[in-house]
Amino acid sequence: MKHSILMHEPDDDVGVAIEDLKAGTEVGAVTLEGKPVGTVKLINDVPLGHKVALRDIANGKDVIEYGRAIGMAAQAAPRGSHVHTHNLKSKRWKV
Amino acid sequence: MRAEEMKLTGYRRPDGRFGVRNYVVVIPVDDLSNAAAEAVAHNIRGTMALPHPYGRLQFGEDLELTFRTLAGTGRNPNIAAAIVIGIEPNWTDRIVTEIAKTRKPVAGFSIERAGDLKTIEAASRKAKEFVQYASEIQREPFAVKQLTMSTKCGESDTTSGLASNPTVGRTFERLTDAGATLIFGETTEVTGGEDLIMQQCATPEIAAQFKAAFDDYQNLVTSQGVDLLGSQPTEGNIRGGLTTIEEKAMGNIQKAGRCKIMDFLKPAEEPRKPGLSFMDSSSAAAEMVTLCAAAGSVVHFFPTGQGNVIGNPIIPVIKLSANPLTVATMSEHIDIDLTGILRMEMNLDQAADATLAMLERTINGRLTAAEVLRHNEFVLTKLYRSA
Repeated sequence: MKHSILMHEPDDDVGVAIEDLKAGTEVGAVTLEGKPVGTVKLINDVPLGHKVALRDIANGKDVIEYGRAIGMAAQAAPRGSHVHTHNLKSKRWKV
Repeated sequence: MRAEEMKLTGYRRPDGRFGVRNYVVVIPVDDLSNAAAEAVAHNIRGTMALPHPYGRLQFGEDLELTFRTLAGTGRNPNIAAAIVIGIEPNWTDRIVTEIAKTRKPVAGFSIERAGDLKTIEAASRKAKEFVQYASEIQREPFAVKQLTMSTKCGESDTTSGLASNPTVGRTFERLTDAGATLIFGETTEVTGGEDLIMQQCATPEIAAQFKAAFDDYQNLVTSQGVDLLGSQPTEGNIRGGLTTIEEKAMGNIQKAGRCKIMDFLKPAEEPRKPGLSFMDSSSAAAEMVTLCAAAGSVVHFFPTGQGNVIGNPIIPVIKLSANPLTVATMSEHIDIDLTGILRMEMNLDQAADATLAMLERTINGRLTAAEVLRHNEFVLTKLYRSA
């Protein structure tokens, strides 16, 4: 399957849509090195450049991209869902 | 392609540095002198005025930065000769003196006790001499180890972290191997990746200098009782899919590749050694590129996701983008199309080859998109309120 999601690291929680993706479709993910990381069925529409959960992410859990925490889930993000400002928050700059 | 394979030509300046453009600039010391500077540039073909809104009643580190930026702009090797115009002679002379240390032609004029019209006439006569001097300077070959250049990304999105920033990182690795001098920075935009920057520093002393500047800025922000959420990531970043500062930082620092950070520079400070230096700087595109140019960078890599259109009056800004929507809808702004990386049709080494090839052509005279589109953003960094 042609890939529609690119991942920095194979164990990341999220990957990046490289085109506009429609809810209900099943798409392939690969790492930057070209290693296939399986497929995922989309729960939401995900625009080009936005992130997709590649596993179920529980509320309050660190979200991993680049092999590192890029923030914390502010609500549960099931596999195949759109991950962005509505469900992922920074852990920095908390006044 | 190794960076040493580039065949570069440029303009040798009296201090031995090489420029890749050959400008005569008219630098106003202060806001009041913009009108005279612009009049000279209007009179004399081949000159360019650099108007700006500051230079009065500044003090301390903020004033020093304005002096360093204006003098550094005149000192930049892309400048053949400089006219400096200020409202009074003392601060004008400070900038003239700094530029004169490069031994390039420079002349200062002050408006008080002459008025705009006499000042414009005298400065125009000198500018005419300088343009004719510059017009006879020929390009000659120079080595990549004599190159000083910079990078800063803007309107980044997830494609920046996946493709265009790692391409700059890979290209910078090759340029450092060849002995070039490189500048990057953006002090708050590494928030969440500051530990990685510290690990990349060549010595604990450099890491400590970086960390002190990083902490200073974080403390400044918290002392205002605010945070940078809402500014970092920007609305454009968020539209492009970036969610948190930590994610943006991880993308940002890809531009350094695996280069060791050899030195820490104050804003607009000229590098002291070859290899990559971290310059304390804002992430506002025009401010940062202006600081890089004032530090002596002669050409700049600017990766963009959503399509920042910035340029600079004195250094060519090369735009790289891997976002297919940006490359399709804003093609006139993009110099290097890296969308093939997302489709896995191009790897990072091939992308670095394409980037070095465009760098070579740009250095040798090809105008960048930003140059052709007259993007001449010249923006001074202001550290705090004036007196």
